[in-house]
Amino acid sequence: MKLPTLREIGTEAKLLLIGIPVLIWTLVPIYHMFLFAISPKEDAFSGKLWPTHPTLNNFKIVFYQEHYFLRDFWIQFFNSVVIALSAGALTLLIATAAAFSISRLRVPGGRWVMNLALFTYFIPAAFLAVPMYRTMGNYGLLNNHWSLILAMVTIASPYAIWVLKQASDKLPVELDEAATMDGATTLQLFRLVYVPLMMPSLVAIGTYAILLAWNEYLYAFLLLSKDTEITLPVALGNFLAADDSPWELLMTTGFIYALPPAAIYYAFKRYMVGGLTAGAVKS
Amino acid sequence: MAITLSGDQAIPSPPLSARLTTPQVWGIVLLAPYLLVFMAFVVYPVGYGLWLARHPASYVALYHDPIFARAAVNTLIFLLVGINLKMAIALFLSGFFAQQRTWIKWLSVLFILPWAVPSIPTILSVRFMLNPEWGVINQLIFKFTAEDGPNWLNDPSVALAMAIGVHIWKSLPFWTLILMTGRLAISHDLYEAAEVDGASWSQKFRYITWPSMQTLYITCTLLSMIWTLGDFNSVYLLTGGGPADLTHVLATLGIRYLRLDQLSLAMASIVCALPFVLPLVYFMMKRLSR
Repeated sequence: MKLPTLREIGTEAKLLLIGIPVLIWTLVPIYHMFLFAISPKEDAFSGKLWPTHPTLNNFKIVFYQEHYFLRDFWIQFFNSVVIALSAGALTLLIATAAAFSISRLRVPGGRWVMNLALFTYFIPAAFLAVPMYRTMGNYGLLNNHWSLILAMVTIASPYAIWVLKQASDKLPVELDEAATMDGATTLQLFRLVYVPLMMPSLVAIGTYAILLAWNEYLYAFLLLSKDTEITLPVALGNFLAADDSPWELLMTTGFIYALPPAAIYYAFKRYMVGGLTAGAVKS
Repeated sequence: MAITLSGDQAIPSPPLSARLTTPQVWGIVLLAPYLLVFMAFVVYPVGYGLWLARHPASYVALYHDPIFARAAVNTLIFLLVGINLKMAIALFLSGFFAQQRTWIKWLSVLFILPWAVPSIPTILSVRFMLNPEWGVINQLIFKFTAEDGPNWLNDPSVALAMAIGVHIWKSLPFWTLILMTGRLAISHDLYEAAEVDGASWSQKFRYITWPSMQTLYITCTLLSMIWTLGDFNSVYLLTGGGPADLTHVLATLGIRYLRLDQLSLAMASIVCALPFVLPLVYFMMKRLSR
């Protein structure tokens, strides 16, 4: 083994000088949340960096809904799951069909629709929320899960269509031609040739839409209000309304709520990074 | 002559159904669901919103509302300081994360976390850290100096700075990742040649890195501007627009008016931002729809 030279040690030290602050900056709010989750109430408010008596009691209180604020925890968790999965599935369905139509069938006006979709992608989310809230009211969908699902589909679809179109443009035309020669109908082409080949992008987009809907706060908080209809982030936001908020329980619930997206992200990292960053900004 | 001219018009074009091939009909059918969503949840709301914002009286009321003026200034500060700071740090860190080291690879896996986890629990966590009595920051300040720390969220300019910090914390990983992709696309030969010629670190950046990344950097900055304009969470969850409604940005102000049932004011405040947003959108669409 070769000993490192002085210059190499110097470079490594400089890199560490950047790396350590970056690590601290990144993890402090997350660690703080975790620390609260495993601390008994007295420890949580004492400013300690590690609790004297770490405990899982907070998790027990949340899971058994043993606090006034948490009496609908499981319903709200379930609402979040249903809305995220529905929004993901519906986005995939609509966006895949649209991308296939625009890219493979070259439908007249397809380019125009792409531009409209891109335009939606660039409307700041909080700006669209204002008229969207009233629109959902006009449609009679307020306080109905469909309002949030459809809002999430509206926001996720443009980017989904755009990424899927980029990916499907890369598939060779000869595949479609060969399948058509063999007598495949358009729908068979879609089901048997297109969808299997697009799988990696579909996984990336499905994950993206599910995470978007799971993490959404603003639209959820505007469109849903009944305690048994709201999603977890809205329930977390409602904790703030009280003066004597049980912060250690708030952080525990927040930690539980943050786990699925982090896990999904790391499980699908391979697809996500390839599919999303390549699509996000074309250089 | 006249006969040939009118002859053109005499031949009727075939009906639409005959001109479309079966795949094209399927194309329209498969495109229809998206068009429906687009009509119902983009065209109608936007049109309806603009119609609600049609009265000049709303703009006069906005002009006289000190909260609006403050929110407009805050939005500008948020954009100018927040985005430039974030993008400059992202550019710098993209170089750090592009280094081939095992420990840096592991660090990059953790570094993504703020972007991968939802904002509400982490922003609330920061909010508690900044609590003047119970927050860990002031407890540490007290421990070391035996004096009370500042009331972070009580002074509007400090609170706004904290909100910008939260915004950077949340979105920095994404932009670092994008800029890193751009950096890794630069040919390594260029750097090797420069090293042979004895170029310094700053010369390599100035003559190789920056020219290759400039366009990407500008595109990212513009896209980040649009998204920052729509960032409701960083301000609302940290300060709630307070103290005394002095830390609102346009994104939270619109929702504030909405909650107060002043819908035309809510829409008008958004319409005021359009002259800034539309050129950005136009530019981004031109860049991305090629």
